[in-house]
Amino acid sequence: MNFGFTEEQELLRAEVRKFLDQNAPLEVVRKQVETPEGFDRNLWNRMGELGWLGLSIAETHGGVGLDFVTLVVLLEETGRSLFPSPLLSTVVSARAIELAGSPEQQARFLPGLADGSKVGTLALLEEGDSFDPRDLALVGKADGDDWILDGRKRVVCDAANADLFVVAFRTGAAPDALSLAVLEKGASGLSVDDWPVMDRTKRLGGLRLEGVRVPADSLLGAAGSAAGVIGSLVDLGATGVAAEAVGSAEAALQITTDFARDREQFDSKIGRFQGVKHPLAEMYVDIESFKSLVYYAAWCIDQGAEDASRAASRAKAYAAEAFARVGIDGVQLHGGVGFTDEYDIQLFLKRSKWVRPAFGDADYHYDRLAALGGL
Amino acid sequence: MDFKLTPEEEAFRDEVRSFLDENLPPADQRGPDFGAEWNRKVREKRWVGFSWPREVGGGGGSLMEQVILKDEMAQRKAPPLGSCFMGLAWVGPSLIEYGSEEQKQRFIPDILDGKYQWCTGYSEPSSGSDLASLQCKGVRDGDEYVVNGQKIWTSIAMWSKWMILLVRTDTEVEVKHDGITCLLVEMDSPGLEVRPIRNMAGGEMFAEVFFDDVRVPVENRLGEEGQGWQVTISALAHERSGIAEFHGLMRNLERLKELARNTMKNGRPAAEEPGIRRRIVQAETRVESMRLNGMRFLTKQLKGEKLSSETSINKLHRALLEIELGEIALEIQGSAGPLWQGAEPAAENGHWQRFALNWPEVVIGGGTPNIQKNIIAERILGLPKD
Repeated sequence: MNFGFTEEQELLRAEVRKFLDQNAPLEVVRKQVETPEGFDRNLWNRMGELGWLGLSIAETHGGVGLDFVTLVVLLEETGRSLFPSPLLSTVVSARAIELAGSPEQQARFLPGLADGSKVGTLALLEEGDSFDPRDLALVGKADGDDWILDGRKRVVCDAANADLFVVAFRTGAAPDALSLAVLEKGASGLSVDDWPVMDRTKRLGGLRLEGVRVPADSLLGAAGSAAGVIGSLVDLGATGVAAEAVGSAEAALQITTDFARDREQFDSKIGRFQGVKHPLAEMYVDIESFKSLVYYAAWCIDQGAEDASRAASRAKAYAAEAFARVGIDGVQLHGGVGFTDEYDIQLFLKRSKWVRPAFGDADYHYDRLAALGGL
Repeated sequence: MDFKLTPEEEAFRDEVRSFLDENLPPADQRGPDFGAEWNRKVREKRWVGFSWPREVGGGGGSLMEQVILKDEMAQRKAPPLGSCFMGLAWVGPSLIEYGSEEQKQRFIPDILDGKYQWCTGYSEPSSGSDLASLQCKGVRDGDEYVVNGQKIWTSIAMWSKWMILLVRTDTEVEVKHDGITCLLVEMDSPGLEVRPIRNMAGGEMFAEVFFDDVRVPVENRLGEEGQGWQVTISALAHERSGIAEFHGLMRNLERLKELARNTMKNGRPAAEEPGIRRRIVQAETRVESMRLNGMRFLTKQLKGEKLSSETSINKLHRALLEIELGEIALEIQGSAGPLWQGAEPAAENGHWQRFALNWPEVVIGGGTPNIQKNIIAERILGLPKD
């Protein structure tokens, strides 16, 4: 029985942290987000060379072939430093191709996603804003073996930087008649909106599909077979977001604790007052607890465990609620300076706003848990 | 990360399972003699005091075996292993660590056999969360200590034969923790009076205990004079990962779901109300996080590291959950929420109403939530002491 990381995983954590501390401290991150792409391609490529981007992609496709638990270590660290990159989007798109793609599709797309030369993302949400695949409204119109798409996808992570879009759409009237296809940037009729985001370390946008042709060989698996895969991608994405939130929330707690140890009022360090101590202790309790849920969810995903969806929902629901509180309390405990652009704590508050809905907010996951848990 | 058991651990688990198959009939088929029979059999198996050394009559079980045993027992809703609650929880461990040979032989077999109950005389009217400030006095007089003062919040004092008691034997010490001594006191000693305290739920679990020149033989001192604080801390510091509490909370959650399915609210089953559904699974999520926190703590222990303040995490969760489950249950029952046992619409004859008033026993007893937060802030986050 061992609910902890291996030595290799701890070593990876130390390496990633050192790399990010050296190359992307927050004052550098603040500059990276000002660039047109919003992230540093050179660093991204170096991470690809180090094997980190393809950590959980099979070796035959240019990855390192490790498990999702190991990837959680990387995500915690990128979360800790608010590192701007399309890492999670690319991981989720690669997983879609691994789960449902043919050997040809895997050979074609995965090496680029593993080395960072290609950025991928999942285009799932629509105007209805539902993570339940059965609510998808975008319908593919059959044209021979091909499908034609007309409609929009929204709140697509890293849309403006993506080379590959894994698009979910409906290929039949039955609730579960869903399909996934890979569309490449520049496909005829496909255009991208890039939206301003409260958290500038994350990119969000929309997809416009105007008579976009989905050739039969772009479908991942048979038409109408993707409902289960989409569910797995939501599990993976939700756990991934929560893993990033572990790192971000820990950093926010650290920054706020340091401030409370340093700042003096009423002739005392404010960290001596219980009114300051208690919210910090609550943050710690919450972070440690959703961390446990994240690790277990990642393990369940690796094992293909029956409990994976419930585990992922628990991790994401708790992470979304707890990190939201960490952000608000973190800013509040800083007093006036917490509200300034100069101090870093506000960057974490903004990240918590991105985390909340990503791959399902707490209400969505609680409802899913209730349905799966006999209520 | 790996949750697999070793072959030896699996063999132990199978042994537990077959024991339960043979000796644990379903709840509705247990006769009047079942309790005594059960106690005798688990005692024979050395599963009472399972983690204690074999030479004192314990089972010598490893940490992992202990977890497996408790887990299997809880899944089958087995009765507790042993009936002397406080004796097994901390009097025994204190005796093992600090007791003389004679004390061990005198008390430990009775604790394992559940012959009688022990109670705990720690808290005083002016010494609650700040336990080390206690004032109840013990003055050495020849071969005896003469005890004068008062204890309070002493659980099951009226049904106990013995008490583990902390007294102040030295008022001159610089550090208040240093002047405390631990005594073992017979409850029928002359001058000792027990007055039960009625709690807000109408029950009587606690008592005040008054000492008026109560004489305690020196041979009943546990540890050295002035060593009482260490004796206490070491017993309370047999910190567990909190996995055991998980099962109890999980059972209450299942029962709460059942209540939600069977109770009408706003014209439909309460289980269909989105707010109720979310509140239940939110609590369930917290309970599951306790289980997994416990697994992380256990992993640490298995690597040979000691647990310290991090166990406050699960104590805080448990405190919040004891309150929250009762609150959810009353919300489910809507207008019947404020009724009391005896009222026909109060589900399960008022079980949840009593539950909703009984949380302080757990929440305050184990160190209040605010004290747990202080511990975390000071010992883990490194904030200055108050």
